[in-house]
Amino acid sequence: MSKGRFGIHGGQYMPETLMNAVIELEAAYEAYKNDPGFNAELDALFQDYAGRPSRLYYAGRVTEDLGGAKVYLKREDLNHTGAHKINNVLGQALLAKKMGKTRLIAETGAGQHGVATATAAALFGMECVVFMGEEDTRRQALNVYKMRLLGAEVVPVRTGTATLKDAVSEAMREWTSRVSDTHYCLGSVMGPHPFPTIVRDFQAVISREIKAQLMEKEGRLPDVVIACVGGGSNAIGAFYHFIDCPTVRLIGCEAAGRGVHTPDTAATIATGRLGIFHGMKSYFCQDDYGQIAPVYSISAGLDYPGIGPEHAHLYDTGRAEYVPVTDEEAVNAFEYLSRKEGIIPALESAHALAHALKLAPTMNKEQIIVVNLSGRGDKDCAAVARYRGEELSE
Amino acid sequence: MSRIYEAFTHGKAFIPFITCGDPDLHTTAEAVQAMSEAGADLIELGIPFSDPTAEGPVIQAANVRALSGGATTDKIFDMVCELRETVTVPMVFMTYANVVFSYGTERFVSRAAEIGMDGLILPDVPFEEKAEFVSDKLDLISLIAPTSGERIAAIAREARGFVYCVSSLGVTGIRGAITTDIGGMVSLVRAANPGIPCAVGFGISTPEQAAAMARHADGVIVGSAIVKRMGQYGRGAVPYVREYVAEMKAALR
Repeated sequence: MSKGRFGIHGGQYMPETLMNAVIELEAAYEAYKNDPGFNAELDALFQDYAGRPSRLYYAGRVTEDLGGAKVYLKREDLNHTGAHKINNVLGQALLAKKMGKTRLIAETGAGQHGVATATAAALFGMECVVFMGEEDTRRQALNVYKMRLLGAEVVPVRTGTATLKDAVSEAMREWTSRVSDTHYCLGSVMGPHPFPTIVRDFQAVISREIKAQLMEKEGRLPDVVIACVGGGSNAIGAFYHFIDCPTVRLIGCEAAGRGVHTPDTAATIATGRLGIFHGMKSYFCQDDYGQIAPVYSISAGLDYPGIGPEHAHLYDTGRAEYVPVTDEEAVNAFEYLSRKEGIIPALESAHALAHALKLAPTMNKEQIIVVNLSGRGDKDCAAVARYRGEELSE
Repeated sequence: MSRIYEAFTHGKAFIPFITCGDPDLHTTAEAVQAMSEAGADLIELGIPFSDPTAEGPVIQAANVRALSGGATTDKIFDMVCELRETVTVPMVFMTYANVVFSYGTERFVSRAAEIGMDGLILPDVPFEEKAEFVSDKLDLISLIAPTSGERIAAIAREARGFVYCVSSLGVTGIRGAITTDIGGMVSLVRAANPGIPCAVGFGISTPEQAAAMARHADGVIVGSAIVKRMGQYGRGAVPYVREYVAEMKAALR
């Protein structure tokens, strides 16, 4: 078995042209990950630039309304650039800089990872090119503008379904054509080894903080941690330090779109099969001949036909559960949290919240659910308005 | 020694690539027949994939045309099975890992060998991952790239059939100039495995480029220039493809 395996999943299914680049990246990461200087620099960026630690907020009105378990929200939406994506990007950009790279490329779906990468590139004085499905550039026009404002070039991808998977493919193609000065700043716990490990380690700050913050507030571990899963970076970040705590249930929420029994879904665990794509072995939505399925979700950030290999393994072993959440449930949760707590969540995060709304009333009042609120929802207001039949214009 | 070896016994080999089912499998079969008659020494048959990450725009578009035309792995196997009644030139499949894996790797390899295929090229399966795709029935072709450096020796030592030398960084597609030191790559392969033929691909489209590459290597692979003609002329492309293959083979003589 090759490197970077999580059970049978993971690996390095990459063109030969990129093999030395991923080997070089792995070597650099191994050299820096326990380097006190590197970690001090990253911690300073997390605190002073990204605004960490993010708050763990007790959602009292939600808890009271649901009448069951206490609901806490891990406020990744309060980070600089408005989502958890900045954690990974600051780590990778710092690593790329140490490796002497001067140019970052990235894929983006909703635009959160693209904005975060453009932000880090501005901060580190690096060149930046972001690949974004043309369909998504329309859905998330504001984020396209932000990336350009930050100095990045945004390349609309017109191939395939013109969404996140095509943006990943195009970023990989670009990396094969220019590898010596360029780091591919992958945005999720996916792709070839070492990306799933690197991204997880940089996102693991989320569960490290949850553990400490909840210990301070409640003196104990949570009963349930819930996060949304596309590729799965915020979820693995929220799960990681609880994987060895068997009393903590870990639940990933996939985008069911219009439902797992319709073709308009992006729920990989619910509807996918084992496959090899984008550098990794994992579960993918695909047809009988292995053609990758065009997937759908109202949330551009979850609109991906695969799932990171570590999640696939956590599913295989039963350590984590994965549940599908529909557009309708996510939009309801988006509106619910806005009204109940005055917090507008990202549509992605609203998938996690939607499941918490179902689960909390079935639990007792001493129990605790932590929902990873991975991003803020400003970017989604137009999409939700459209979903409700209202067209917004500036 | 597989039949692929024969492809390199008539001087420098010309190796055309075509995407199966672009625009339909009947046209593919005619084109393969024509290429074989026009002097192709080995033919690469692409099984279309929804997300061909190693391909440039020309072959990406052919994949889309083939899939929307209804090409599937099984229909391609059937086409090859019929073709083998008349076409004897060595042939290899070129596709992506998931097409093979999802069919069942063992089942895919057995069926491909049974219908007379000689090898398999998987651009998203590097040396490190090849174990699960290697078999005695079908040569798994190894690729080396301009970035491979010290990896070349290990790859070449375990290579089967031929070594596919990727001429340039980036994806498949027609290029004005190829600047890589192909001679250097080929001599590293030869030092590690003196018997294995080397064929150069990616970016080659003109007879002049082919002749220049053939000075260093044992064969030349051309994809996008042929697929471009398929895209341009569709069902009427066969005569143009035949003429092009004859011209390219002549440049290698």
